[in-house]
Order: sequence, then structure tokens, then C-alpha cells
Amino acid sequence: MANDLILRVVTKWLSPIIILFALYVQFHGDYSPGGGFQAGVIFSSAILLYALTYGLDAALQLIPEYMLRIGASLGVLIYGGVGVASMILGGNFLNYSVLASTSIAGQHLGIIIIELGVGITVASVMVLLFFTFARRVAPE
Amino acid sequence: MSLVVNLVLLVFLLVMALAVLKTRHLFAMAMLFGLYSLLVAGLFVVLDAPDVAFTEAAVGTGISTVLMLVTLASIKDGHELVSTQKSRAAPLIICILMGGLLIYGTHDIAELGDGKSAPHMQVAARYIEKGQEETGVPNLVTAVLASYRGFDTLGEVTVVLTAGIGVLMLLGSRKKIRIKEVSNGK
Amino acid sequence: MMEYIVGHINYWLIVAVMMVGLYTLMSRSNLVKKLAGLAMFQTAVILFYVSLGKVTGGTVPIISEKYSLYSNPLPQVLMLTAIVVGVATTALGFALVIRIKEAYNSVEENEISAMDEKE
Repeated sequence: MANDLILRVVTKWLSPIIILFALYVQFHGDYSPGGGFQAGVIFSSAILLYALTYGLDAALQLIPEYMLRIGASLGVLIYGGVGVASMILGGNFLNYSVLASTSIAGQHLGIIIIELGVGITVASVMVLLFFTFARRVAPE
Repeated sequence: MSLVVNLVLLVFLLVMALAVLKTRHLFAMAMLFGLYSLLVAGLFVVLDAPDVAFTEAAVGTGISTVLMLVTLASIKDGHELVSTQKSRAAPLIICILMGGLLIYGTHDIAELGDGKSAPHMQVAARYIEKGQEETGVPNLVTAVLASYRGFDTLGEVTVVLTAGIGVLMLLGSRKKIRIKEVSNGK
Repeated sequence: MMEYIVGHINYWLIVAVMMVGLYTLMSRSNLVKKLAGLAMFQTAVILFYVSLGKVTGGTVPIISEKYSLYSNPLPQVLMLTAIVVGVATTALGFALVIRIKEAYNSVEENEISAMDEKE
């Protein structure tokens, strides 16, 4: 598929727009529909588009696999880390009110950080799934 | 008006489900499955649930369909065989019975859109009233998902990670392992 | 009587879609088709739950000053989790199908159980 000119040009133009949209959905999830899961899947679809158009090897050069494995665990670690941090600061597990000076600011901060963790894990796992499946397809 | 849109989308959905059942060309079935997910996402928008519609469109049409296509490319088996041995009567009877029981069970459910039915009292009403002042986030779905029910979301992220680990364990090795030889015995 | 049918026909159609998915899962012997039937069944159940939360005249549950009546956010939150768990299950199922094909060289269930019984 790397020989098809329209696909290559359109992929090169669309991929940054898709990634930007994923970041918008991630951080605007407090005020409009969105959040961590949706943003993670949209981000992974940008990488999938690149992998389908330019081949699996080019995509593996773009994002090596060890980064995906680290990213998948990092998201869950961030999530659990926020919970443990709120225990250290005096509240219960995952009680975000103690994270900042006022209760509402603490809640807002906690929600943003855990959505970031969710987004990182979901994006990494979806891309990892695709790469692992695509390795099993025998080259023709 | 929205009831008509609802009905049209649901009838299309039923037709799509029957098409997935009947078709024997598996690549066509994968495409029809993606279309089914898209129709469900449209229904979610009509039912006032854009967050769920977003997730279903991205995950069902994006990830599930792509994984199905990659599986079909990997097993190189594009057609389903017509099975002559299995009898189709027992599953049909079970499905009709179960459908009948479920329809009998919906007799007590309030009509679609009733504002005074049981799911809207107590807990949900409190989330709607106090959600923004307690968490500072106008999107109630994010507020409930991340703050009021944050523990469930931790479990969900762990499930996603576990699925990734499971697939890595199953398909992670580079060479293909053959266990059973097909024709002349072991 | 007419109101009863108009109010409940959504649920009946969703139950019909659920049963088509379940029948696909139970009666076809190709493993990929079974997984597609399972995914259709899960999605129909999620649709049923979200349709329980709709309020006529209400709007999307995002607080703003212009609206006073909101649809119920609680089924939407629970079903968001359910969708993601469903895709995790489907992905693991497809990985198993690939491994079964490599081990038995077939993805039809009756051929596989015949091969298992022969030994």
C-alpha cells in the first residue's frame, strides 16, 4: 500500500490532525463529551492509520515496542499513584479533595491526572494489540 | 419525532444483525459488523449519551473491526463452511424461549423516557444536583466516572492492561508453534 | 394500548437483536462468527441499559445554565466501563482463534472436536 500516492499524502496530512484531536478530547473531557478512553482510542487510530499505509516496520521505527509496554503500565501506575498520594496526604484512597488547597481544586486536579493515566494506558494497549496481531500475518 | 428516528435505526440494526448471521463470506461479515457498531453509536446519540456514543464508535467500529480483519488475514480462511452435522433446532428454541421471557419481563419497565421511574430517583438525582459543586466539573459523566465511581475506573484500566498482557502472552513469541499434526496421526 | 406499544417497542426490538446475537453464538460453528455474535450480544445489552436512562425533554448530562432537565448519567457511566471490558474480551478471543488455527489448522468447531476425539 506504500505505492499508492493518494493514501500516502492523505495519511501524512491527516495524522497530526487526528493526534491533535485526541489531545483535545483528552483535556476537554471536563466540559464536553470526552475523557481518557475516547482520547486513547483516537490516538491509537492515528498510529494504526500510519501502520496500515506505510507498513508495520515503518510504524515500529516510529514507536518501538518497549515504549508501548512501558506506556501501558505507566498509566495504571499514575492512577494508583494518585490514590496512594492522597493516602499519604491524609485522606482515604482515591479521595482527591486533599490533593490541593481547596476541596474543589483538589477534585479537579485529581480528575485531570487520572484521565491522563487512563488515556496513556488505553492508547498503548490498543497499539500493542494491533502490532502483536499484525506480526502473525504471513507476508505474501 | 425522535421516536421515529429511534424506530428506524433499530429496524436497521435488526436487519444488520440478521445479515451478520446469514452471510458466509467472512470479510463481508467484518464490514457488516463495523456498520452495526456505527448504527449503535447513532442510537446512543439519539438517547442523549454522547460519551457512550464516542466510545462505541471508536472502539467498536475502530478497534474491534480492525482486529477481526487482522485475524481473518492471519488465519487465511475467508469462508464459513456450511455445517451439516449440527442441528439448529435446539438453539432456535432456546433463543425464542429466552426472548419471550425477556419480553414478558419488560412489561413492568416504565415506558421509554419516563422521568419518574426508579433509575432516576435517589442516587442519580443527587449526582445531578451536587455534581458540579462538589467536583468542579460540568460534564457529569466524567465527574461520576472519575470521582464518585473512581474505584470502578481503576478496575477497568486494569482490565485493559490485563487484556494487553494476555495477548502478549498468547501471541508474543516470534515463531509459530505447531502442536497437532493433521492427517497421519501424531 | 397504543401508548403501551409505543412506549415499549424499543425494548422489544432490542431484545430481538440480543436474541439474534445469541443465536449466532450458539448455532454457527465457525469460531470467528461466534465471536462476532458474542460482540453483537454484548452491544445490544449495553444499548438496553442506556435506553433505560433516557428522560423525555431532558438533554445530555452536561450542566449548563440553559437547561434544567438532564438525562440520567449513571447508566452511561456503567456502560462506558462495560464497552471497554467487552473489547478486551473480544481481543483476547481473537488471539485465541489465531492460536487455535495454528495448532489445529482449522477454525470450525466440529472439525476441532473431531480431531480431539480421534486421539
